[in-house]
Amino acid sequence: MTPLLEVKNVSKRFGGLLAVSDVSFTLNQGEILGLIGPNGAGKTTLFNVVNGVYKSDGGSIRFEGHDIAGELPHRVVHLGLARTHQIVQPLNEMTVEDNVTVGACFGREYLGLGAARAVAREVLEQVGMGTRGKLLARSLTIAGKKRLEVARALAAKPKLLLLDEVLAGLNPTEIAQMIELVRTIRDRGVSVFMIEHLMQAVMNLSDRIVVLNFGQKLAEGRPEEVARDPQVIEAYLGDPNIAEKLTDRN
Amino acid sequence: MILKRPSFWLILILSGIFIYLPLRGQNVPLREDLVLVAVAIILSSNLNLMIGYTGYVNFGHIVFYGLGGYIGLYLTTVRGWNLVVAAFAAGVGVSFLALLFGLGILRLRGAYFALATIGVLEAVQAFVMNFNPWGRSTGMYLSFQSYQSWGGAMRALWIDYYLIIGVMAASLVLSLGIKISKFGLGLFAIRENEDAAAVLGVNTTVYKAIVYSVSAFLPAMAGAFMFFKNGMIDPFVAFEFMLSLEGIVMLMLGGQGSVTGAALGAGMYEWLRSYLLTSPKLSDFQLVIAGGLLLVVVLFAPGGLIGWVYRLVPRSRGVIE
Repeated sequence: MTPLLEVKNVSKRFGGLLAVSDVSFTLNQGEILGLIGPNGAGKTTLFNVVNGVYKSDGGSIRFEGHDIAGELPHRVVHLGLARTHQIVQPLNEMTVEDNVTVGACFGREYLGLGAARAVAREVLEQVGMGTRGKLLARSLTIAGKKRLEVARALAAKPKLLLLDEVLAGLNPTEIAQMIELVRTIRDRGVSVFMIEHLMQAVMNLSDRIVVLNFGQKLAEGRPEEVARDPQVIEAYLGDPNIAEKLTDRN
Repeated sequence: MILKRPSFWLILILSGIFIYLPLRGQNVPLREDLVLVAVAIILSSNLNLMIGYTGYVNFGHIVFYGLGGYIGLYLTTVRGWNLVVAAFAAGVGVSFLALLFGLGILRLRGAYFALATIGVLEAVQAFVMNFNPWGRSTGMYLSFQSYQSWGGAMRALWIDYYLIIGVMAASLVLSLGIKISKFGLGLFAIRENEDAAAVLGVNTTVYKAIVYSVSAFLPAMAGAFMFFKNGMIDPFVAFEFMLSLEGIVMLMLGGQGSVTGAALGAGMYEWLRSYLLTSPKLSDFQLVIAGGLLLVVVLFAPGGLIGWVYRLVPRSRGVIE
């Protein structure tokens, strides 16, 4: 398999704090890669380094062969790497449809306004928000805003989608819908890199999982392997039988 | 397309009224009233591109108008250029300067950007006050020769008036055109959340610099035409901070972000100002009232008149631009 994203020895330092320390991993075409770890482990920082919000302190990031370390966020989107935010960032005083149109207009295909609107409607339909296009983004519930984040990122027609805790704060029904949506996205050929705390979801969705702790990579592998790793259990999971509990249900 | 927008035709009708009314009976006092309204509309519409569309408060917007006036007067009087060409050159020159300033100060956000724009205004004023070719603190006077080529002062002033109305129409069309374009969508995204806009793919640095530069062009042309009409310019009338503030009051009053709001606010404020200035009891009171008005608008109707209409009739959002 060809790697879509190749991260090598990437670090990020904030003053005296080494938030991400010498992390390497690859993400393959068509894969769902999970990223887990305790709060403050550096997961969101790693996302921010990958999509150019922060400049990495050393290391290389290759996306489809392009070196994107040090590229600005808008350039990274044009190359086909879109993301959502853990803390939702809606464009509040604009309609839901306009929010998604921004994603389509300035995404990988850099569409004109008319074509972008068509894509926006299509994507809103796909994420189940087809009827809410004319509402102001501020009026959505938290679940709606999370969906909007996903819709905006999808409208950019990315090859790789970075999802930062899209399940946090959702109720069980909404979680089930969102998991379905992530599967659909992958089935349409978009690779996914997701941060998630909800173990059941991440174990069932991911092809492989990377575990971060104190900025360092603790483990990497298939969900069952990672869940049985004694270091991961000690640092994060806390329960040696979690793998059985979570994967048996399927 | 823009031709399908009712607002576009309304702009043309409004401009037609501005041309027709004073023409009927050669009404010079009315013309002089309307030219002030037109300049107010030009300033508030272009300020709207920065404040209303992009979310960057420019306190030094009047610097474009003053610099345009200086360049225009210098080129027509000293260099003997044709007024229209001189005004166009003023627009291009000031836009270019704005692009340079913009690339410098647009890294700042919020209050820091606002402070920097005051700095630009003060710096330009200080520069002009010490610039010999432009007459330092005493300024410059228009040579009467410049009126001759237009067939005398009377005729020149009428033509100048029509040119200003042309700039007003162009300002409104520009505001409308940007609002319904992809460029405008990118600006709105920056206004709502600049970091999110960048992550969505908007090249925020370039967009901000372009809009700052574009918002300088028509005010600079208006400055060139206005100071041609006034016949003189000095650093105090050209770079009057008060006018910058009044531009912000007009915009907030009418409704930032809206083409109609910027124009309505300018019209209402000019009407109020001329009433206050001519009223014997209130003549020194105009700025106090302007300040109070700004306070009331910001506290109780942050969307201005148009924002209030939007709230009252939500469906009007799609109709009134």
